[in-house]
Formats: sequence, C-alpha cells, structure tokens
Amino acid sequence: MIERRDFLKGCLACGVTAATVGVAGTNALAAGSFEGYPDSMGVLVDLTRCVGCRSCEAACNAEQKLPEPDLPFDDMSVFKEKRRTTEKAYTVVNQYKVADKETLFRKIQCNHCTEPACLSSCFVNAYTKTKEGAVIYNAKVCVGCRNCMIACPFNIPAYSYSSALNPLVKKCIFCYDTRVKDGKPPACVEICPQQVMTFGRRADLIKLGHDRIQANPGKYVDKLFGEKAVGGTSWMYLSSVDFDKVGFDKNMQNEPIISNVKDFLGFVPMVLAIWPALFSGVHLLATKNKDGHHDHEEGDHQ
Amino acid sequence: MKLFMARNPNTPMVNSLRKDNDKGRPWTLMEKIFLGLTPQQYLSQAVSNPLNWVFAVIFAVGIPVIIGRFIFGLSWAVGDPYDNAWGLFLGFGLFGMVPLSSSGFQLGTAVEVFGRHDLEPIERLGLLNGLLGYLFAVIFLLHDLGQPWRLIYPMFVSWGPEAVLFLVAWHVATYLSVQVAEVSTSFFEWMGWPAGRTMIKKMALGLTVAGIILSTLHQGALGALSTYAPGKVHPLWYSSAFQWLYFFVSSLPGGLCMVIVVSTIAVKTMGWRCDDTFKNSLPKLQIALAKGASMGLITYLTIRLIGIAHDNKWAYLATGWGAWWLFEIGFGVLLSLVLLTAGIRRNNITLVRMGAWTTILGVILHRLNVYMITFNWQQGHIHVPPLKEIIIAVTIYSIYIVTYRAILYRWPILFKWKTRYSEYAVLEPKPAAATTAPAVLPEPEACPSAK
Repeated sequence: MIERRDFLKGCLACGVTAATVGVAGTNALAAGSFEGYPDSMGVLVDLTRCVGCRSCEAACNAEQKLPEPDLPFDDMSVFKEKRRTTEKAYTVVNQYKVADKETLFRKIQCNHCTEPACLSSCFVNAYTKTKEGAVIYNAKVCVGCRNCMIACPFNIPAYSYSSALNPLVKKCIFCYDTRVKDGKPPACVEICPQQVMTFGRRADLIKLGHDRIQANPGKYVDKLFGEKAVGGTSWMYLSSVDFDKVGFDKNMQNEPIISNVKDFLGFVPMVLAIWPALFSGVHLLATKNKDGHHDHEEGDHQ
Repeated sequence: MKLFMARNPNTPMVNSLRKDNDKGRPWTLMEKIFLGLTPQQYLSQAVSNPLNWVFAVIFAVGIPVIIGRFIFGLSWAVGDPYDNAWGLFLGFGLFGMVPLSSSGFQLGTAVEVFGRHDLEPIERLGLLNGLLGYLFAVIFLLHDLGQPWRLIYPMFVSWGPEAVLFLVAWHVATYLSVQVAEVSTSFFEWMGWPAGRTMIKKMALGLTVAGIILSTLHQGALGALSTYAPGKVHPLWYSSAFQWLYFFVSSLPGGLCMVIVVSTIAVKTMGWRCDDTFKNSLPKLQIALAKGASMGLITYLTIRLIGIAHDNKWAYLATGWGAWWLFEIGFGVLLSLVLLTAGIRRNNITLVRMGAWTTILGVILHRLNVYMITFNWQQGHIHVPPLKEIIIAVTIYSIYIVTYRAILYRWPILFKWKTRYSEYAVLEPKPAAATTAPAVLPEPEACPSAK
C-alpha cells in the first residue's frame, strides 16, 4: 500500500516541477494586446513613385557596413528574379509586372511590426521593440534556433549560416543605432531621389496615407498596407494595384501573430494546476484495495 | 551477438550477481561492459555482425561530415535555407523523435499511477525508449543550433518567457532529468548500487506525475510552435485551435507503437538478452499497447477531421495538397487503425506489429509535412535538404541505434537483475570463462535464445 508519507513526497515533487515550469505559464497569459508606443516612428512607402534605381540598397549596404554585393548596385539584371533579404542585404528591391506595360517596384525590408512575431517567438528575448518603433536584435544572447525566421510573416530575418563561430540573425534594424535613435531618418529613406518614402510618426503617417488616397481619386487602392496587417507595422505601403500583385500576402491576418499561439498558451496554466491533483487522485483510486500492491520495496522487479 | 550465442551457448552472460564458484565476488565493471566475454571474444562477435559493418560505413562517412559542420559552419552542411530555416535536424530529429518517445510517460503512468502492474515487464523499455528519444532529439538540436554552446541561455542568461520555445526548452530539460532518474534504477542495479535504486523507487509516483505534466505540455508545444507560421504551413496541416492537440494526441499512439516496434526488434535480434518473463508476456503486452494505440489513433483521426471542419477547409482536399493529406491520413492513420484493430481482434501479433510500423511512419510524416514539406507551400516548391544534411541525420540516428543496443545488451531492461543467490540454487556452478566446451545442457537462465 502506498505510504501516506510517500504520497506527500510525490505531491511535493510535482509541486516543485510545477513551480519550475510555472514561469512559462504565468507570463504567457500576460501577453495582452498592444497598441504600440505613442511616438513610434514609421515610414510610408508610395509604390507608385519608385523607379527601381536601387540607391536605397546601396545606402543600406554602406550604412550597415555590409559586405560587397555579388552584382553592383547599378546592375538592373537582378530584377529578373524575385529576391529576398539575405545576410548580405537587409533591403532589396523587386520588380513586378502588373497590367500590360505597367511595372511597379517594391522595396523589401523589415516592416518593424508593432507586435513582432520574431520578438514573441524568441526564447531568449533577443529582440526589442524600441519606443522609436525599431525592432532591434541583441546578438549577444542569440542561440541560433531561427524560430524568428519561421515566425516572421514577411520572411525577413536572414542568418549568417556561413559563420562557424558566431552565426547571427541579419535583418534591418531601422538604422536604430546610427540614426533613428537620434530622430534622423534611416539611410534608405534619406538617399531616395524619388521621395518614395516618408519618415515620421506612425500615427501621422496613417493620416498622411489616407489623405493621399483621398486627394488622388483613382490613383491608389483604398488601403494602407501595414496599418492593420499582423497588428500593424511601422512601415506602411500605398499601391496603385491590389497588394497581392506586388508580392504582399492578401490573406495576411490583422491580428498579431502571437494571437494564434494563445490557444495553446492559455491551456498551460490549466495543466499545471489540475494534472498533479488529477493524476495523484486517479492513482489513489486505481490502486486502492488491490492487495496493497504498490510495492516500492526492494525486489518488486524480481 | 546472436550468432555468437548460438555458437557458444555456455557463455556466462552478465545478468546478475556472479554465479560461479567464486561466490560473493561481484562482476567487475570491465566484465560487465564486455558482457562477461574476454575482449577478444567480444571483438570477434562484433565483427561477425553484418549490421556493425553497415554502421562502420555510415560512421566512416558521417563522422567527418559532422566534424565539418562544426568547423566550416552550418552553411557547409545545410546551405543557406532562409525561408525553410528548420530542416531535417529539427523536422525529423526533434519533431519526429519526441512524439515517438512519449512511451516513457505513458508506461510510467499506466504502471505507477493506474496500477497496471501487468505491464511491468515492458515498463523499463518504455522508459528507456523515452529517455533515448529525448536525448537524441537534443543531440539533433545541438547540430542545428547556430551557437549550440549557448543552449543554456534560456535557462540562465536571458529569459523569453512568452515564447513557446521557452516552454519547450524548460520542459525538455526538466523532463530529461526526470527520465534520467526513472531509468537510473536499471543503471543502479547494473552497477550494484541498491541505495540509489531504493531512493528512486520512493520518488516513482512524483516523477511519473511530473512526467505527465511535462509531456502533455511540451508535446503540444512542439505543435504550437507552428502556429507562429499561419500563412506558411498549408491550411490542411494548420489549425490554431487544434495544432497542439494534433501533436499531443498523435504522440500517444506514436510512443506506444515505437515500443511495440523496438520490443519486436529486440526479441528477434537479441533474444539471448530477454528473459523468459519478457519473451512469454510480450505478445500479450504488445496487444495491450496496441489497444491503447488504437484508442489514441481514433481520437487523432477525429480531431484531424474536426480541425478541417472547424475552419471549413474541405475545399483544399480537392487539390494536390489534399491528395497528399489524404495519403498521410490514409496510410498513417486509417491503415494503421485497420491493422492494429484486426490484429487485436484476431490476436494476430504480425498485424499488430505492421500496424505499429505504419503508425510511427505516419507520425513522422505528419511532422515532416508541417515543418518541411508543406512549409512555405505558397512559394510553389519544396525545399529539399542537401546531401550533407541527410548524411548527418542518418549518422546521428545510427549513433542512437548503437547506443540503444549497447544499453539493452547490458542494463536490466529486457531481463530482471538477479540479486539473490537462492535463485541459482538449482543451477550447476559453471566456470566463468568456459568458451570452447560444447554445450551439454543449454543453461536456461544464461542463454535462453540459443535455439
């Protein structure tokens, strides 16, 4: 028969485990909805203005001290295929043939989400959403699990797989250290000869975007991409064609990515609270009056 | 070893206290490691096993590739998979091996919590299967991490407690230690440290219940990790409400069927190591496990269908991905269910074993579908892992098999460790190093499989 003392010991062991792992449960619940920092900065991108000169790519390369590109920045043959961000390029411009002769260009970089999926999926908290709106990365704690690359709905973070000793996530940080922290626009925005991008408070840019749509009837699709997508992003886009024609995912949800995970996270505290009592109780019921057969004594495996 | 035992049926296997004339002197550690053979004998049985030559070839190719991965970096082995950041090491090694290792907590629960002592002969195999599966899942993970030496960061350096992976890391680490404790009873018996064994036995219930909590949560959490990628995993394999249930529920038949498969392999290839209790009760036990597995499978099938209905995704079934989904369900779940239930009804152990194989293949296929095959399905191409990645995965899995075998050969998992001399009262004392003497009477305890 199970000794009362042993049973209590068992309960204690469960309790300790529950306490150890409880951290995950309680904090998971604390993840509420987040409207964004009030003075968060952002960029409004007007796709109708971009001519595909790639000077933003060059400026980013210089500002972030990235390695030489394989092809020079004035080589337009890169538009033959759709590119994505890599460890050597935090921003790339792609060309989209829309309608008969019309061509649009879209610059890709980190959109600096209000509730970033990379941040909420990171188990060492390597990402920070600063009050200026930048999503920055702490290379000192990154373990290299690459969950952020799995989670990012825009497929932005790249990884320096080639480094044996210090591989890191490589992505646009909104020129935070060198510019945005001091209120200056990022390098790509500043260099653009076409004023494709407008740097400012996100709240103001949302207003500016809608004003521009209203002031030019028929020119733009009546939507500001990034105002709502995945909980809102600091970078937002105006386009003359449906957004899925220029490579955006038209099925992208408006809720932050973390909202998909909450079904599971909400279940965690329940298991931690109920399971120990439930299974210890079942044990008592299942083993009661069974010839006292719960032999912890030496020799039960004989 | 099987061949060797057939040729030398009188070899005294280490399975207990020493039982020759030299009563009282325990086996030395070296004798235990060499199973009571001389090193020459041990070597000769090892080279006569063709499987060892297969492993030798795999290691000759694979070990240098593994070393290369750490010297030249990840890209040397896996390329630069930016969009499909998780490849075989996690898709197969972590997500595939962990569900097949749920046997530890299930058999622990059945025996220690529900009092199903009839399952005791196979409990230890279930626990060991759990421990080794988790251990090698972590070893796979260490090969995948960019900076594996920082694996302890989520515990001690920087906490990201809102992340599912944070929960997985803590749970797997905690559960691994729980499993080490649970399996250590066999190790303590083998080493001859009864005090350690007694201590663990007293903690058995607490450890088991801790195992249930940790397993429920992290098996589910491995599925919840894919809910971070709603647009990337194909809708047929994605459901924010059910994802963790798919993973948790399918791990139940997965773990039980893995024990059926492993115990079948063990009894066929190392019968000499299994004692009579194990061998005689095995068909009954496997049927019992198969009953549990088919309950799990029918639940799993139901929620897979409810998940599709819940988000009204039936239209996807008419696409190519739909056909692939139907194959996964048809082969991994329906066929397994038919085989297992037919086997149970007709008491046909062969059908049960076939059903166990299709079940574990179905579970692995599901994990590969979620994290590799359908991942980024909208990009229109499937990411095929490069050759070196495949070589490393095969090598690590081979190390897993070799480790598994080495432990089954030695620790009292498939047999009971005899601690009382009285149990040998009926046996004639035999010389310890009798190797060439022809067998007069095969000794039942030491080599029950000589036939």
